[in-house]
Amino acid sequence: MSNIQNAFAKGKAFIPFLTCGDPDLETTAALVRAMAKEGAALIELGIPFSDPTVEGPVIQAANLRALSGGVTTDKIFDLVRDLRRDVTVPMVFMTYANVVYSYGPERFANACAEIGMDGVILPDVPFEEKEEFAVPCRAAGIDLVSLVAPTSANRIADIASQAEGFLYVVSSLGVTGVRSEIKTDVKEIAALAKAAANVPCAIGFGISTPEQARTMAECADGVIVGSAIVKIIAQYGRDAVPYVADYVRSLKDAIR
Amino acid sequence: MTNANGRFGIHGGQYIPETLMNAVIELEQAYNHYKNDPDFNRELNTLFTEYAGRPSRLYYAGKLTKKLGGAKIYLKREDLNHTGAHKINNVLGQALLAKKMGKTRLIAETGAGQHGVATATAAALMDMECVVFMGGEDTKRQALNVYKMRLLGAEVVPVTTGTATLKDAVSQAMREWTSRIADTHYCLGSVMGPHPFPTIVRDFQAVISKEIKEQMLEKEGRLPDVVMACVGGGSNAIGTFYHFIDEPSVRLIGCEAAGRGIDTFETAATIATGKLGIFHGMKSYFCQDEYGQIAPVYSISAGLDYPGVGPEHAWLHDIGRAEYVPVTDEEAVCAFENLSRTEGIIPAIESAHAVAYAEKLAPTLDKDKIIVITLSGRGDKDCAAIARYRGEDIHE
Repeated sequence: MSNIQNAFAKGKAFIPFLTCGDPDLETTAALVRAMAKEGAALIELGIPFSDPTVEGPVIQAANLRALSGGVTTDKIFDLVRDLRRDVTVPMVFMTYANVVYSYGPERFANACAEIGMDGVILPDVPFEEKEEFAVPCRAAGIDLVSLVAPTSANRIADIASQAEGFLYVVSSLGVTGVRSEIKTDVKEIAALAKAAANVPCAIGFGISTPEQARTMAECADGVIVGSAIVKIIAQYGRDAVPYVADYVRSLKDAIR
Repeated sequence: MTNANGRFGIHGGQYIPETLMNAVIELEQAYNHYKNDPDFNRELNTLFTEYAGRPSRLYYAGKLTKKLGGAKIYLKREDLNHTGAHKINNVLGQALLAKKMGKTRLIAETGAGQHGVATATAAALMDMECVVFMGGEDTKRQALNVYKMRLLGAEVVPVTTGTATLKDAVSQAMREWTSRIADTHYCLGSVMGPHPFPTIVRDFQAVISKEIKEQMLEKEGRLPDVVMACVGGGSNAIGTFYHFIDEPSVRLIGCEAAGRGIDTFETAATIATGKLGIFHGMKSYFCQDEYGQIAPVYSISAGLDYPGVGPEHAWLHDIGRAEYVPVTDEEAVCAFENLSRTEGIIPAIESAHAVAYAEKLAPTLDKDKIIVITLSGRGDKDCAAIARYRGEDIHE
């Protein structure tokens, strides 16, 4: 078991996401420190992938910007090693199966443990395929985070009861990205997930406003926000730190 | 050939978002039911014969045989099917299956446009809504097919992300499917993606080798020595191989698109240059860099311009049952021209990759040997692009 559960020990967890290396790794480091300072309970660090099939246009573009800047998995590991000198907030990677598979699942998991990461989220690895990655993660002492979706139905109980670290509840159909309205019966899904899970549940996909975050936090242990933050980074680039800090503070306040 | 989890050896699997899992499970259940359903098979067979024009001819290419001076060459004429390629076999099967499942909308990816046209055709025939995702680059290379799809009532969505080619069209079709599942079937065009697609598409394309076997026994009284086809994702090749996999005397050869050469970065020869990976729902071989970033592949052929290969091909390669050879743009274009002049048959530039390798292989074999090349499609769509490749400035 990792440090992830500590993220949920002090009330509702606000969980921001950013893509490492967008626009460059120095800015990523500054953004992570700012997010931690403003009260992020857990931080998701995206390792960019050339073909992010679960992402909407905003995060797709961030992946592309990061990769064209020459970011690699090893450079991101160096970034985390540096961050861990002063950042104690739990952190997880969010990336795609091939990034981990090509590095070697065991080598990747061991590296995560060594640099101080607490877990990894692989949105293209469902329940049926997870052991290939979960086994080396467990051996290294980090968590492979599972996801449930609005279409999971009869699968929720199995996925939730075996979830490690925390359970990622996908709020909506479709890919990541800001939505004006979240229409699915996410409350019902979250309730089923919470009933079956031995770990905290956090809701993500489509959340951008303080009102949405507040509503979602009512039925879960935490709220994940990605595209809305990546949008701010896309707009302000290297100058994004104060804007992201303000945003994180407002969302954190909304779910307090 | 597949085990319970949709694996071919270590390849295959279901590496997709949780959002799609129940959709592929339902698809597998429906397929397992209907594949043994006599009514479904009768309906599909009627569509094959009355609508698509099956069985396709197995043509003895006497002039090409004489010119090459070696093995006898037969052409399996999938180019004569309705819509001009083998793609219709799979699409009629999947559209009928989708209809039985109560779906009212088909989405598809397309590279050269052949699968998109076939899907739009089936959607028109079966009164279904149709949306086709096509790389922005490919909509330019294959403008005529874009028009055909629209004419047939489909919406064509140009995909401008990434390399704006086939792999990006697949990614976008998958994204679309995650956002609208209830009424929508993703009509995947090749033997790739998550289980059960590689199996379903193979089964619908296996009609090619079933017919080759029957036709060859009728014409020559024996099995061929070599069957060969081009490989992008690999659907016409697996269709060509399938009923010969358990016939060890028959060599199976897949011809990959080497683009400007396998020693360059401008290639799409996955088995020659790729390594093991996980992408687009499957474990297989992919062109990628040392960190697992998918490579921006290249081929003159929009239909072979894909960085991966179907999992069953990866397995046939691993166990040494099938051979995979790279064929360059230049070799394919020469074969495109040669077959046109020698036999009066203009092949698709994809299929010309297989013809090109046959031109190398046939002279090395005795005259009593028999090669079957599957001509997966016809070359009308490629004429303008090949003319431009040869320096003639013609546009459609």
